[in-house]
Amino acid sequence: MSAAAPRFGTAQVLFGLAVGILVIFVAVPVLLIFFNAFWVNGAFNVADVLKVLRQKDTYEALLNSLVLASGVTVTGTIVGTFFAWLVTRTDLPFKGAMKVLFLVPFMLPSFIGALAWKMLLSPRSGYINRFFQEVLGFDGPVFDIYTYGGIIGVETMYLFPFVFIQVCGALERMDPTLEESARISGADLFTITRRITIPLVLPSILSGALLIMLYSMAHFGTVAVLGIEAGIYNIPTLIYEKIHQSAGSFDSIRTGTVLATVLVVTAAFILWLQNRVLSRGRYQIIAGKSFRPTELKLRGLRYPLLAFCLAYIAFTIVLPTVTIFLVGGLKTYGLPLAAENFTWGNYRHILFEWQLTRDAIWNSITLGLAAALITMFAGVIISYVIVKMKVRGKGILEFLGMLPFSVPGSVIALGVILAWSGKFGVNLYNTVWIILVAYIARYMAFSLKANSAALEQVHDSLVEAARASGATMWQALRDVVVPLVRPGMLAAFFLIFLPALRELTVSVLLYGPTSRTIGVAIYTLNEDGETVYSAALAGIALVIIVTGEVVIKRFFKTASGS
Amino acid sequence: MGYVTLSQVTKRFGGVTAVDRLDVEVDQGECLAMLGPSGCGKTTTLRMVAGFEDIDEGEIRVGDRVLSSKRGNYYLPPEKRNFGMVFQAFAVWPHLTVLENVAFPLRIRRLPAAEIEQRTREALTHTNLLGVAHSRPDDLSGGGKQRVALARALAIRPDVMLLDEPLSSLDPHFREEMRFEIKDLQRRFGFSILYVTHDQSEAMALSDRILVMRAGVVQQVGAPTEVYRNPANRFVFAFVGLSSFLRVRLGEGGPAVDGADLPAGLCPPLPAELSGAPQAVLATRPSEVDFVAEGGLRGVVRRRSYLGEMVDYQVEVGGQDVRVQKTRHEPGPAPGEACGLLLRAARWYAADESD
Ligand SMILES: Nc1ncnc2c1ncn2[C@@H]1O[C@H](COP(=O)(O)OP(=O)(O)O)[C@@H](O)[C@H]1O
Ligand SMILES: [Mg+2]
Repeated sequence: MSAAAPRFGTAQVLFGLAVGILVIFVAVPVLLIFFNAFWVNGAFNVADVLKVLRQKDTYEALLNSLVLASGVTVTGTIVGTFFAWLVTRTDLPFKGAMKVLFLVPFMLPSFIGALAWKMLLSPRSGYINRFFQEVLGFDGPVFDIYTYGGIIGVETMYLFPFVFIQVCGALERMDPTLEESARISGADLFTITRRITIPLVLPSILSGALLIMLYSMAHFGTVAVLGIEAGIYNIPTLIYEKIHQSAGSFDSIRTGTVLATVLVVTAAFILWLQNRVLSRGRYQIIAGKSFRPTELKLRGLRYPLLAFCLAYIAFTIVLPTVTIFLVGGLKTYGLPLAAENFTWGNYRHILFEWQLTRDAIWNSITLGLAAALITMFAGVIISYVIVKMKVRGKGILEFLGMLPFSVPGSVIALGVILAWSGKFGVNLYNTVWIILVAYIARYMAFSLKANSAALEQVHDSLVEAARASGATMWQALRDVVVPLVRPGMLAAFFLIFLPALRELTVSVLLYGPTSRTIGVAIYTLNEDGETVYSAALAGIALVIIVTGEVVIKRFFKTASGS
Repeated sequence: MGYVTLSQVTKRFGGVTAVDRLDVEVDQGECLAMLGPSGCGKTTTLRMVAGFEDIDEGEIRVGDRVLSSKRGNYYLPPEKRNFGMVFQAFAVWPHLTVLENVAFPLRIRRLPAAEIEQRTREALTHTNLLGVAHSRPDDLSGGGKQRVALARALAIRPDVMLLDEPLSSLDPHFREEMRFEIKDLQRRFGFSILYVTHDQSEAMALSDRILVMRAGVVQQVGAPTEVYRNPANRFVFAFVGLSSFLRVRLGEGGPAVDGADLPAGLCPPLPAELSGAPQAVLATRPSEVDFVAEGGLRGVVRRRSYLGEMVDYQVEVGGQDVRVQKTRHEPGPAPGEACGLLLRAARWYAADESD
């Protein structure tokens, strides 16, 4: 569009803005991490990095991250693929409702789930363990949630939807005649599943699996709640430990940056792998008009499998949620769950009396709104330059635009600490502003994704037609492009606002005395042994999150319906 | 005695009868085209023959083998029917090479390796795919993919081929070429074809007989020329070939067109079943109407368009339009001129609500 314009015009302003935002918010923090990791006493130093990696706690954390993430990936992929197949390809009763239910775990913050499971299955005081001992007469605790298995199990419950969504989508969109032509070729259902269906959806399975891996690698909450008791640290929890316990000493910051570097490199590698899987394996398996593919008749297994699905949902969604609300209503943690032990007092205290929790709720909501608004606008500008404009140096911008996708939360947080605690003239440490800055970097990827998807739909000829009708570039943007990408911007807003409401990984590294978020408050209350308040706040958080999700779904439905 | 026999075959989806008591037979080595507008039940019929849909009534047989029978409560699944089938959207497997696609049905049948090799090679040769045997289907054009589908269907040497609009996803330029290839393959291998299409010229060019369907009901079955020259009803007349319909009042003084002269003896004699009706339609084909300077059905030329070799006239006759086509070498009236029309092969049909 503006390739021929030699002046310093609109295009250059937008380009400069886009590069500036990405450099300041994303590139600088990441570079500072690399710099701190590799630059010691004025010299490039790899030996020291290796020394840090050889320390016992560091390599154990690395190993743990690997073991936990691999475990969750395997179990989550199996669970997600199985349920996806069940709701798309069989005659399971109430398939539509089941599909929606299987997506509910996505809404729930996994560290709250971890909290609930701790209340149920911790060896000393877990309600289920006590039930087994006190009612069924077992000698000792039956279950121990503070184990690798416990952590993997809890994370699986909340992460399997990554695979579930991908595989459902692939199975639903797949042209049914691909399988029918195998059938008419003489293959039975088992052979078709093995030789046609699975190979065709394999890219989707793998790409979902890699998302689980990526998320689990960089995930703080569950491991922090369930692992620390048994000395199980992963990379993000060790970074937290280093930064918090040693009050920002040079050595601990260095260890943090080395760990963060490993995390960035791993994340980048996983994303690269996912890209390869998708680009090599994304077959054109989508057909135009076709009726539903043949369903496998489950026959006698129909109701048993339905019961299994319902039990799974009851066990992984209903049970933990109910536990959170019940414990949140207890007078003291540990009391039996009986009517006389319940009170509304905890909820009242948290919502109306206690400054700490009221601040936390206020902080999370305002941070979420601010981050969503700023990131939405920044994202639309950057995406516009990347997708639509032909300016020199766009390659740099495209590279910078990839960056937010591969930078995990703990890395962002650490980078932001390095950049904004006064070393460069601005000190935001211990204020909400530092969290806001981190959120903008953290959620830039979501905004870029939603906005560039919307912009790809806006064909160049629409803008060209506006220009041919006499509009200037600004007028064309205002009257043609903006109205068309508005849905993408809205999507970006909510894609950021909702996760930001329940965010923990980033804010736990950045909070100060008055800048706790809801996630931080729940986590620290739990750490401090204020279990009932922690549960009550978690319950309130669940109500806010679910209400937000539902209202927004409604809103989008009516918006797209009209 | 037909080879593939459908008798009283019916299929309902909820309240909709997609196929209604369909009877048809296809002989060995014959090509039957099922023709009709979109949604009339052609695909459903083919899918019942293939076994992807069970039937709600009737029976389907091949030779003396029953495939589906409502009364016998029998249904043979598609993988046991031994048909070759080609789908509109190609349905070739993108994760396998061309060769693996074609060999798939043979591997499923666990044939000896040498035979698989030989038969695959044969199928690829006859579809001109030998050169791309090791490519992936996604690297081929639409026509190439459809050849792979055809080769895969051929590989099992079926004696019946089911083709569901195999050419309609292709560029127009490829369609004709593929048409001849399919015809050639049939001649060489002698299989029967059930060919679904909504394109009448395709049906005419390919088939030995055409079955015209409308809303699940068979309208006519016959050789292409028969269906074209002797359409069983107005729907068939309109669907195969170009047509115009002229409303005609049937009064005391013989047939008359409002606002225009219709000389006695211009139209064919009225069939017995229409005598006594207040009005009827006269169906003509543009190529079977001639211009005359004097007499004839009087009208005025409204538009003349050149279609290359042919010239298309739109003639207004008492407020109704009649289309006429002449070659560009034949003289014709200019737009605005009055002219007379002679109807060479017009047919009477009963008027319906739309008239
Ligand atoms: N699986 C199905 N479920 C419900 N309705 C169907 C199904 N398959 C076909 N139909 C309906 O049956 C009618 C005939 O469809 P089809 O055989 O695909 O038509 P054609 O191939 O002639 O275009 C249509 O009205 C279509 O909507
Ligand atoms: Mg069809």
